[in-house]
Amino acid sequence: MRKCYFDHVATNPVHPDVLEAMIPYFKEEFGNPLSVYEYGARAKNAIESAREKVASLVNAKPAEIIFTSSGAEANNFALRGIALAKQNEGKHVLVSRMEHHSVLNSARFLEKSGFAVTYLPVDKKGFVDPETVKKSITKETTLISVIHASSEVGTIEPLKEIVNVAKEKNIVVHTDAVATTGNIPVDIRDLGVDLLSMAAHQFYGPKGAGALYIKQGLRIVPLIYGGIQESGRRAGTENVPAIVGMGKAAEIAEAEIQKRMDCLLPLRERIIDAMSGVDRVYLTGDRKNRLPGHASFCVEYIEGESMLLLLAAKGIFSASGSACSSKALKASPVLLSMGVPSSLAQGSIVFSLGSGNTSEDIDYLLNEFPAVIKRLREISPYAQGWGDREEGGQECTVKE
Amino acid sequence: MYSERVMDHFTNPRNVGDMEDADGVGIEGNPTCGDAMKIYIRVRDGKIVDAKFKTFGCGAAIAVSSMVTEMVKGKTLDEALAISKEAVAQELGGLPPQKMHCSNLGADALKKAIEDYRSKQAK
Repeated sequence: MRKCYFDHVATNPVHPDVLEAMIPYFKEEFGNPLSVYEYGARAKNAIESAREKVASLVNAKPAEIIFTSSGAEANNFALRGIALAKQNEGKHVLVSRMEHHSVLNSARFLEKSGFAVTYLPVDKKGFVDPETVKKSITKETTLISVIHASSEVGTIEPLKEIVNVAKEKNIVVHTDAVATTGNIPVDIRDLGVDLLSMAAHQFYGPKGAGALYIKQGLRIVPLIYGGIQESGRRAGTENVPAIVGMGKAAEIAEAEIQKRMDCLLPLRERIIDAMSGVDRVYLTGDRKNRLPGHASFCVEYIEGESMLLLLAAKGIFSASGSACSSKALKASPVLLSMGVPSSLAQGSIVFSLGSGNTSEDIDYLLNEFPAVIKRLREISPYAQGWGDREEGGQECTVKE
Repeated sequence: MYSERVMDHFTNPRNVGDMEDADGVGIEGNPTCGDAMKIYIRVRDGKIVDAKFKTFGCGAAIAVSSMVTEMVKGKTLDEALAISKEAVAQELGGLPPQKMHCSNLGADALKKAIEDYRSKQAK
C-alpha cells in the first residue's frame, strides 16, 4: 500500500547528509566542547561551524544564535528571559491567540508570576491586525510575541507591520518561526524582530536541537543556569551531534529553499482546489499568505480523529485540531480564536507536505479523502444539518 | 492506541442507519464537545429486537455505538438498562482512559432510547 506522510509540521525525517554529518560526533568526536585538549577543541569547532550555518540561514550573526534543546525551549527562553530582564521597565506582555502552547503556557506562567498578559485576537483567516497590536500597547509593555506562521492553519502573519508598530514604542518583538525557518525565507534583518525561535526537525534536522536568535546587545535572563556554555545564556553540556545536524540541515535548507517551495506549492494548490469542490469542506487559514506545503480544512458534520484513523488505514498520515484527537480533549484554541464554531472545529484536518511527497501522492489523497468524508457522513446523525444542536446547546461536561 | 476490537467496530460498524417508526430514540452528547450519538430501538414483547445508530465522533465513539447496538439485541428492557459503560468498554477489549468518559456515550444513549420508549407507552 502507498504510504503518504502528510504531517510534516509534526516532524520530518533527518536528511541523509545530516545523519552522515552527525555520526562522527556520537563516535570518535565525542569530546566535551569545554575540554581544553584536542577532543574539546574539535567539538567546539563543530558547534561554532554549526552556529555560522544556522546564523546564515536567518541572516543573523553567529554570536546572535543560542542553541537550545527544541523550539519549545527557545520559546520559553524568549518569553521568560525577556519579561524578567525587563521587569523594571514594565510588566506587560502581548501574545497572539495563534501561538503554540510553548508560548501560551509561558505567557500563563508570567501571569501567575505577576505579569499582565494581553492575548491578541485574530481575524477569521488567523491574521493579527497590527492596529490591534498598537491599541494593546501600554506604558508597561516590554515584549510582543507573534508567531511567524501557524502550523495549524498555515497563515503567515504580517510580522514586519507588527514590528513597525512595536519599534515606534521601543518594544522587543519575538517570533516563533519554528514552522517557517528552513521552509520559507526567514531573514531577521528584513523582519526586524529581536528574537526568533527555530527547531531543526522542522527542516530535516534532528529532534533535540533548536535555537533562539537574540539580537546583539539584548539582555536576557537564562532559563537554565549552570556552566558557561552558550556564552552563559544556556547551561548544560552541548548536544554536539544534534547541533552539528542542525547546522548541516540549515546549510542544505539555505541552498534548497526555493526548490523546496517550488515543489510544494503546486501540490498544495491541487489539494486546496480539489477540496473546494467538496460540499461543506472549508479551507482554514488564508488562501495566499500560507506555508507552501500546507493545506488545512474543516469538514462539516464529521469528526477529525475518525478521519485521521480512516485515512491512516489507507496509508495517509495527517493531523487534526479536534478535541478527540488531542490528549487534552479540547478543540484547537487556534481555530476557536478564528471564530470557527466548536462543532465545525471538531472536523479539523491538516495536510502538511514535505520532501518526498509527489504528485502521485496527491492523486491518491484526492481519490481517498472524499470517500472517507462520504463514509463518515453516512454514519453521522448531522449529515443533513446541525439541527437544534448546533451551538451552545449543552455544556461539555465530563460525565462520571 | 485502540484495541483490535475497537478498530474492527470502527472500520466496519454494525447497525449504522436511521430507523423509521422506531419505538424509542435516544440522543446523547453534543457535537461541540466532539461526540454525539443517536440510538434507535425496536421493541417487541418487552424485548429489543433491533437497534440502529448514527454517531458523530472519534473512532472510540463510533465503535462504542456499534458495540452497544450489538449487545442490546434480544435483551429485555431491564437487561438492556443494566448495560454499563464499563461493560461496553470491556466488550471492546478496553478503551484508552481519556476516551472512557467523553466517547463512551453508548450506554447513556441507550438508556435515553428506553426511557423514550417507556414514556411513549405510558401515554
